[in-house]
Amino acid sequence: MATRARFENSAEVGVFSRLTNSYALVAVSGSENFYTIFQEELQNTIPICRTNIAGTKIIGRLTAGNRKGLLVPTITTDQELQHLRNSLPDTVKIMRIEERLSALGNVIAANDHVALIHPDLDRETEEIIADVLGVEVFRQTVSDNVLVGTYCSLSNRGALVSPKTPIQDQDELSSLLQVPVVAGSVNRGSDVIGGGMVVNDWCAVVGSDTTATELSVIEKVFQVQTGAGPQDIGKEMRDTVVESFY
Amino acid sequence: MATDMDVDSVSIAPSMAQAPSGATYDHPAHFPVWTFPLANIHCYSILCCECGTPIDGTTATGALCADCVRLTNDISQRVPREAAMHFCKDCDRWLLPPSSWVVAHPESKELLALCLKKLRGLHKIRVVDARFLWTEPHSRRLKVQLTIQDQVQTHIVQQTFTVVYVVSTQQCPECAKSFTANVWRACVQVRQKVLHKRTFLFMEQLIMKHGAHKDTINIKEAKDGVDFFFSARNQAEKFVDFLNSVIPIRMKKSQQLISEDKHTGSKTYKFTFSVEITPICKDDLVAMPIRLAKQLGNMSPLALCHRIGTSICLVDPSTLQTADISAPIYWRAPFSSLADAKELVEFIVMDIEYQDIRKGKWHLAELQVARASDLGVNDKVYFTRSHLGGILRPGDSAMGYMLTGTNFNNAEFDAIENSGTYGSRIPDVMLVKKQLHRKKKRGRNWKLKRMNKDEGELLPKQADQDRMDQEYELFLRDIEEDEELRATMALYKAQQKAAAAAADPDAMSEVETEGAEDEVPKINMEELLDDFDELTMEDQKSQQ
Repeated sequence: MATRARFENSAEVGVFSRLTNSYALVAVSGSENFYTIFQEELQNTIPICRTNIAGTKIIGRLTAGNRKGLLVPTITTDQELQHLRNSLPDTVKIMRIEERLSALGNVIAANDHVALIHPDLDRETEEIIADVLGVEVFRQTVSDNVLVGTYCSLSNRGALVSPKTPIQDQDELSSLLQVPVVAGSVNRGSDVIGGGMVVNDWCAVVGSDTTATELSVIEKVFQVQTGAGPQDIGKEMRDTVVESFY
Repeated sequence: MATDMDVDSVSIAPSMAQAPSGATYDHPAHFPVWTFPLANIHCYSILCCECGTPIDGTTATGALCADCVRLTNDISQRVPREAAMHFCKDCDRWLLPPSSWVVAHPESKELLALCLKKLRGLHKIRVVDARFLWTEPHSRRLKVQLTIQDQVQTHIVQQTFTVVYVVSTQQCPECAKSFTANVWRACVQVRQKVLHKRTFLFMEQLIMKHGAHKDTINIKEAKDGVDFFFSARNQAEKFVDFLNSVIPIRMKKSQQLISEDKHTGSKTYKFTFSVEITPICKDDLVAMPIRLAKQLGNMSPLALCHRIGTSICLVDPSTLQTADISAPIYWRAPFSSLADAKELVEFIVMDIEYQDIRKGKWHLAELQVARASDLGVNDKVYFTRSHLGGILRPGDSAMGYMLTGTNFNNAEFDAIENSGTYGSRIPDVMLVKKQLHRKKKRGRNWKLKRMNKDEGELLPKQADQDRMDQEYELFLRDIEEDEELRATMALYKAQQKAAAAAADPDAMSEVETEGAEDEVPKINMEELLDDFDELTMEDQKSQQ
């Protein structure tokens, strides 16, 4: 289910955390409540790693990842990288990318099968993304905006894009991602979807300003209704996997 | 409350291009045609984040529907919902900031304009409508309902709200001034150094007729005269100019420094104009200095004043020679009157011999007169020349000055007595006017208006009051007898009651028993003005 949260008086929870199906990253801070919410939501199903990237808290914007891997920018220190390697499961490949656009969270939006990336990313980066995350990569914009990671939020069950996205673009994205795409907002009308929320296949954490209407849209599109958990992923998940396989 | 100004056509459902107005479809053109208004189809891509209404996300601002935009944006935020109005209870005027006061009736356009001016921040938004809501006057509140429009991003938002004005009372400076004593800026002190008030009674009528007193803030009686108070110097100067144009006066101006601002150099003064009226009145006997008499066409220095205008008009009754002494000439060498109306004695005309000399209404005559008090006592008869030849008949009584046997304590008269030329020409008697016999009580069909005066601290004693009434009666008689004098003032019709009393049959019989040979002149009704102050409903009824 979707939960509202706040990180140090900011409703932009997507900036300070990253959530995938196999791990969660939370920024190191005094905001213990924020970490507790993640703990409660995930209930020890996946490891939660408290870390900084390049000494900053904005880890959600600097990293990109999914179930299979995690991409961190070049500015990440060795110590942080080592900490991540120690904390995350061994199945998760971690890669430091030499890329000019270092806010990887802003330029990459990925689920376990597909990734949308900024059109200006390097060729090598694109290949690394495909290798590490094990996804099909598309250079794409969301509602004419190149920062795909900022303006959309993606899981294996659905995608939420910025409210400005026209129906035609939504259809196009839907056919690329092979998941239902819906336009919507978070944090009381904010179109910065990626910054306002984090989501995986069974839970979502949204900014505290999010209204009930927005929350209901998010729960519907990501199918994170009450009682959902990793054990429920089963069939539908398999269906989508099979679909993409064919 | 608010209405949407957006022209969204909401319906997606197929609508009929032509509504079936009648039940008959006899012509193919009248068949209902189903069309899809493709141009108006809206793609509802998102839900409003506040209320969940489906809206078009590409045009919505902040993922809000129009209603929520309106609810979340208060365009009247900068307009205060309460304001204060200031009202002067005494003159019923409203304060128009910063300092002017305007008349505005309740719920009038002017008052609405005043109310809107009071609201700050209203000039930045568009006012669509403003109107008064009724309020009980005693509540001291005004309610104005305002409708304003403003643009919030792409939406035009209209909002209606009510502003309450608290009416507080404040005295305007003019009223404050009128209610405070000693706020006058200029004072005209009119004085005449004589014992009687005849000139003042005359002056009062002149002032009333020309409305010269309407700027005064107070009129106060003082010893030997009247003080007129004004709120500005120029008003006082105007009044002095008026006096100068009707009676011979001498004016002296003085000022007193009230306050001074050393920094700006501005000073406040109180101005006092001391106006002195010549002590010579109508019907006075004057003894001019011989030098002056010689300058005035070598007329006799003993003369009668027959009129006071802008100058002193004198006549020598023995030659009908006249002279006008203007105020500057008079004040160069002022002289007082030798005898005034109080010293007039009654004479009976015994014999009259008309001369051929005429001048205007005057006709020279030589008369033999006897004092009325001497009749039956002795046979003293005096010879005199008079200008009243036109109106005197033998047996008439006339008022005149008795010069023989009178001691005048007057330097000019002494000089005349001692001079070789004039000493022998002093007449025994100088007749001034014909005496008319009046019945004791006679209602007049006319009346004069009086000015409202503040008597001041000097309350008149009973004797003074009687004297004043007597003087006023004499003044009224003068008006009746002198057509010229009458022309200078405004006479009003008296009330119906008084007129009825005048026509009382008893009064008539009294006149008959007196055998009135000298009919008291009556004033024609055409000369009289209607008094509008006394026109009431009662009067109209009685007239009908």
